[in-house]
Amino acid sequence: MNAIPGRQVPRLLDALLGGHVVFAPVRHGRIVAFEPIASGSDAVLGCSNSTVSPRHVLLPRMETLLTSCSGDAYARECTCPDSPVVLFGSRPCDARALTLLDRILSGGANRDVYYQRRRDLLTIVSIGCARPLETCFCTAMGGGPFSTDGSDILLEECEGSFLVHVVTERGRALASKLGVCDAGRRPGGATAAAEEETGHPAAPTGIDPGMLKGSLDASFDDPVWRAISERCIGCGICSYVCPSCHCFDIVDEEAGGSACRKRVWDSCQFASFTEQASGFNPRPTGASRYRQRIMHKFSYCIDDYGMAGCVGCGRCVTECPVNLDIREVLKAFAARGAL
Amino acid sequence: MSNADMQTGIREEAARLLAEGRVDAVVGFEEGSLPMRAAPCFVSDPDGADRLVWNAFCSNNLSRYLRGSDRRLGVVAKGCDTRSIVELIKERQVARDSVVVIGVPCRGMADPRLLSDKAGPGRITSVEEAGDDLVISANGGTITVRLDEVLHRSCAVCVRRNPVLSDVLVGEGVPERPGDSFGDVAELSSRDAGDRWEHFSDEMSRCIRCYACRSACPMCYCTRCFVDDTGPRWVGRGTGVGDVLSFHLMRVMHLAGRCVECGACERACPMDIDLAALNRKSCADVERLFGYRAGLSPDAPAPLSAFDPGDPQDFMLEPGQG
Repeated sequence: MNAIPGRQVPRLLDALLGGHVVFAPVRHGRIVAFEPIASGSDAVLGCSNSTVSPRHVLLPRMETLLTSCSGDAYARECTCPDSPVVLFGSRPCDARALTLLDRILSGGANRDVYYQRRRDLLTIVSIGCARPLETCFCTAMGGGPFSTDGSDILLEECEGSFLVHVVTERGRALASKLGVCDAGRRPGGATAAAEEETGHPAAPTGIDPGMLKGSLDASFDDPVWRAISERCIGCGICSYVCPSCHCFDIVDEEAGGSACRKRVWDSCQFASFTEQASGFNPRPTGASRYRQRIMHKFSYCIDDYGMAGCVGCGRCVTECPVNLDIREVLKAFAARGAL
Repeated sequence: MSNADMQTGIREEAARLLAEGRVDAVVGFEEGSLPMRAAPCFVSDPDGADRLVWNAFCSNNLSRYLRGSDRRLGVVAKGCDTRSIVELIKERQVARDSVVVIGVPCRGMADPRLLSDKAGPGRITSVEEAGDDLVISANGGTITVRLDEVLHRSCAVCVRRNPVLSDVLVGEGVPERPGDSFGDVAELSSRDAGDRWEHFSDEMSRCIRCYACRSACPMCYCTRCFVDDTGPRWVGRGTGVGDVLSFHLMRVMHLAGRCVECGACERACPMDIDLAALNRKSCADVERLFGYRAGLSPDAPAPLSAFDPGDPQDFMLEPGQG
């Protein structure tokens, strides 16, 4: 079988639940978030991008790294499950973002053991986007509604079924467990005809990533950052809904009579992010913090990891309470050229 | 007066204030980058005043931008926004003579989420205003809804649609709504403790600690918020329900008698958490105990900053009964 009828998906997820923890999109009122499901019917597949990205599957909002034992000895504790995990129903942008997290946390010299342990257990089954949102700009960021980057299996909706595109060996292993096989077609092909008719909303938005980086690198000290970020209220929404953001803080807290060391999400948009023990803050203004967010994503990540720290999912565009639209900022810089 | 006429009035007043040099910049709204959005903006040049818009989506409380500005600002302010300006002046955070308030009577702002519900699945391309109606263009057709049916929750219970104070008033006043008797608070309070605990722990379990509620709030201006303190650390940094609830409850307590019910926290929350329920409860208590509703009077002393021998003392004599 190289296509899964839509109505059979819950049954297929139930079969996976036998030996896997399955994260899938779950609805809470107006919010859609990736959570471990108890039954295949809990998953909502018709939704567009989830409200928050699924990056917490690999980087939980809070995880305990160490807890104290008796005396001075410390025991390492990793709260991740031992059973294999399937992330089901992620979108291609989210899967692609995990390839950035891999480069940062699982490649190179700074391998993060907590991340790696989760990563080794994870198989990603994404669903291609037949109907991208108006806020999507994945294509401009080098991905696309049917990009297979980061996915182990990519599903494509086609006449009430999901065509199966097997991408990796890990995907092949999962597919064979489920009794499905590769459709042998180009991902996105089934959607191409419809796409031509309607025009593709995830099409580039006039952002040339090369031009953009040159322009940004030349603009570090430009007073324009103040004007751009003037309306920013300094909350952490953009970083916390983002699939690519990965900054964290490490805190020591007390729980149940023992000390524990936790890793929690943090955001460069908070003043406390760079505040030093002396009270000195190298990024004292909202403008310097907003500049950091943009520079990190569109310059430093490219220098350090060979890809931008943005996959164009558009969540920060949708959720920003003051409509500070990152696409507009990028367009403005791209239009300035390398100066 | 239609919103289009109000928009013209706002542009004229902003251009005049800038041209006369009375302000360095005007904080107002410009067209957003998405349907059903208006974006806060700063206009510092009289010619730029034409960017300003006024429509059913100008929901942000712009008084948020007044504190700590190194410029003389003019601000476009609805009833609720002026209520927070009143409180900020009382708390000596904004000097009355450093700000020019462009007061705008407000019929309530539309909630894009409710409009999307009305439109059904598919993409809303635009929403136009026609009198008291909104005409939604979606899926190749149009749907007309009454503004009153799609108001933000805070707007639906608003007690002050006209500016409390203004230096320049744009348009004519709008009739105030019938008084708000905190029916929602009474309903929630009547549930048993177990139910309420379940409701709030369920709501708080979604919190991601992005602090958008705090950042959007005009009255949340502490130089250092208690959640950011590290010595001592009052609240854990994680997303455990205890820590999350501690943050939100302490925020509510800190806003008691100061919250102007503008709904900025709730609108900013990306996780759709019922933040207003807690703040509304504190507002109801302050009104019952002190006869005070924040921001409605520039002269009334803030109840938690002023002592009156007649203040209720029950909380000391019979804890839990106050």
